[in-house]
Amino acid sequence: MLLADARALCPDLTAVPADPAADLAALEKLALWAQRWGPWSAMDPPDGVLVDVTGAAHLLGGEAALLADVANACTRRGLRVRAALAPTAGAAWALAHYGPPAAILAPGDDPLRLLGDLPVAALRLDDDVLTVLRRLGIRRLGQLVGMTGAGADDPQAEAAARDALHRRFRNRRSPAANPLLRLDQLLGRVPEPLLPVIARPVPMVQRRLMEPLRQRDLLDRVVGDLALAMVRALEARGEGARRLELALWRVDGEVLMRRIELAAATREAEHMLRLFAQRLEDVDAGFGIEMVQLRASWSEPLGLSQSDLDAAAESHGTALAACIDRLSVRLGPQAVTRPVVRASHVPERAQGTQPPLAPVPAVQSAGPFPARPLKLLDRAEPIAVLYASPDGVPQRFRWRGMVREVVRVEGPERIAPEWWRERSTTRLRDYYRIEDEGGRRYWIYRQGIAGDGRGGVPDWFLQGLFA
Amino acid sequence: MSFTPSRPSPARMLSRARAAGVPEARWRPGLAVQPFHSEIFAPASEASGAGLALALARDVFAALGQDEDARPVLWVQDRKAIRLGGRPFLHGLPPAWRDRLIHVAASTPEDALFALEEGLKCRDLACVIGEIAGNPRALDFTASRRLSLAAERHGVRLWLVRLDAVPDLSSARMRWQVCAARSPRPRWNPVAPGSATWHAELFRARGHVPGEWMLCDDNGTLRIHRDADRAAATDPVHLVRPTVGRSLAARARA
Repeated sequence: MLLADARALCPDLTAVPADPAADLAALEKLALWAQRWGPWSAMDPPDGVLVDVTGAAHLLGGEAALLADVANACTRRGLRVRAALAPTAGAAWALAHYGPPAAILAPGDDPLRLLGDLPVAALRLDDDVLTVLRRLGIRRLGQLVGMTGAGADDPQAEAAARDALHRRFRNRRSPAANPLLRLDQLLGRVPEPLLPVIARPVPMVQRRLMEPLRQRDLLDRVVGDLALAMVRALEARGEGARRLELALWRVDGEVLMRRIELAAATREAEHMLRLFAQRLEDVDAGFGIEMVQLRASWSEPLGLSQSDLDAAAESHGTALAACIDRLSVRLGPQAVTRPVVRASHVPERAQGTQPPLAPVPAVQSAGPFPARPLKLLDRAEPIAVLYASPDGVPQRFRWRGMVREVVRVEGPERIAPEWWRERSTTRLRDYYRIEDEGGRRYWIYRQGIAGDGRGGVPDWFLQGLFA
Repeated sequence: MSFTPSRPSPARMLSRARAAGVPEARWRPGLAVQPFHSEIFAPASEASGAGLALALARDVFAALGQDEDARPVLWVQDRKAIRLGGRPFLHGLPPAWRDRLIHVAASTPEDALFALEEGLKCRDLACVIGEIAGNPRALDFTASRRLSLAAERHGVRLWLVRLDAVPDLSSARMRWQVCAARSPRPRWNPVAPGSATWHAELFRARGHVPGEWMLCDDNGTLRIHRDADRAAATDPVHLVRPTVGRSLAARARA
């Protein structure tokens, strides 16, 4: 039903936009929180959490008490839950979704006593497989188990029954499309690997302040303390920070965030302090700052290094990573780049950029190009050219308001458009190296040739400057 | 930043070397004793400034025997310089410099000066090349003095290309005025443009007499070009191999 139709039926409908990414993040948090009942938990998107409570139920007074505790704790947080407990993840899922409330399947029980009456949808199958099963007349789990011959006394008859079902779904490799595989997982005959959620606390240090801060120099001292504490926290983990987030809590409840990214993992308090000093210029303290927190939300392994031997080098200049950090904090991360060669013949595409400290990708060298200019203009500038014949060499051109005589010329070097990337109407380019009467050397091109059927008279552009 | 007198700065070593008796009065390519901060004034409608800066840098590194140096090179441009003169193009750079370049696109001259100074303080950089267009207010004598001191203290060389600028007060140790000049005719295609040639004027230098030269970039080495039209012998692509010991003519002459 469309939202407009629904609103026509019920005018005071409340509509909230869906946010799947936030839902997933919330589910991940819930899975971590659910580790209070067991040491290991996994997400079951979009709305489930699996917890392994093997050997942990007695801590809460038994399995029934555990399920009651789950229901209690979730209800207190405003969550409506259906919890179930079973020896396998598949059985627990089936009971939680389709079984009686707070169902418990003990390891010694016959699984089919509780599960036999559940619909086949409890097998976590795709919709089209469910349609197939419905057309085959299989509606309950018990019917499917009967078809596999699980209860048969004769092993050969059981194998034959399984084989029939196996051949019916032989092309289905995915467990969600293969009822036989799902049934085996439910009954615990084949293992079912799950991806656990593991909490990874980020290094975080914070200071609550007795008196709200209003002066910049005091704030600098607190940030300096935090940087030292952060260095110790990182050192204990053998890591260096790549991204640091500084949060300042003001008295009126406002939270100011400052974030810096570093070109290489670092553990130098002085360097962090210096980078933050520039970002703290525009902090509005208001009535004062009462708490300061520093988190390293992205950190990378960084080995311990001997500090004494390096001291001589440190007193003289900065390291490259520190220099690039300082530049990109002030000028922006886009301003500091490393030009790299890209595989293309078109000059403006033959060069790309990447972060300065990232490893340079290996590019197959295209062999020695003919002479290329030292400087390339960001956008080729149109020039007016006087020529003897439309597809001949230029004789005189006007660029930036100056008429220049062409004294020497070499060309054309034809660079065809990249047909796998561009439209078929893109015109080819004929490049010329020219030198004017003052000795200035340029790289100009004619876009297209007269009569190529892709436009009128070709235009001329100046693209590069030779040294 | 405390200056420790026990450790002589490169600038002191430079002046000491000069006092020790190598007064090269006349500048020539291939001098090992070169200042750390040079300025090159060039028109913005040609790449002669960047070309000469690159050639001088390679000249110094060749003279110092640091050809194998693989440290990165910082190339700083402000926005106006990028708009007027374009960005450095990797395929046009010398092959050894292609994977060493780190480019900084600063939006204002103030940011460009900050980037230059930070680059000069960095021990992991081989040299710094800057391009600033015009005569911005931020680039006054104090700013150039800061650059000179930083370069000499940390021993990182700076070539600052000033596009379309008037030579005003500056503390650069060498100041060049350069413009493009007619190139020598290549041997195999006399109507084609030849190797890069500049008309360079050294109008202020410490320890050198001012002078004018025709400089040309001969396969990566900086040379003084004697005659603009006569020396058509440069062979930029090495089409011919030197016939060592095989030529009949050479044997006949011997």
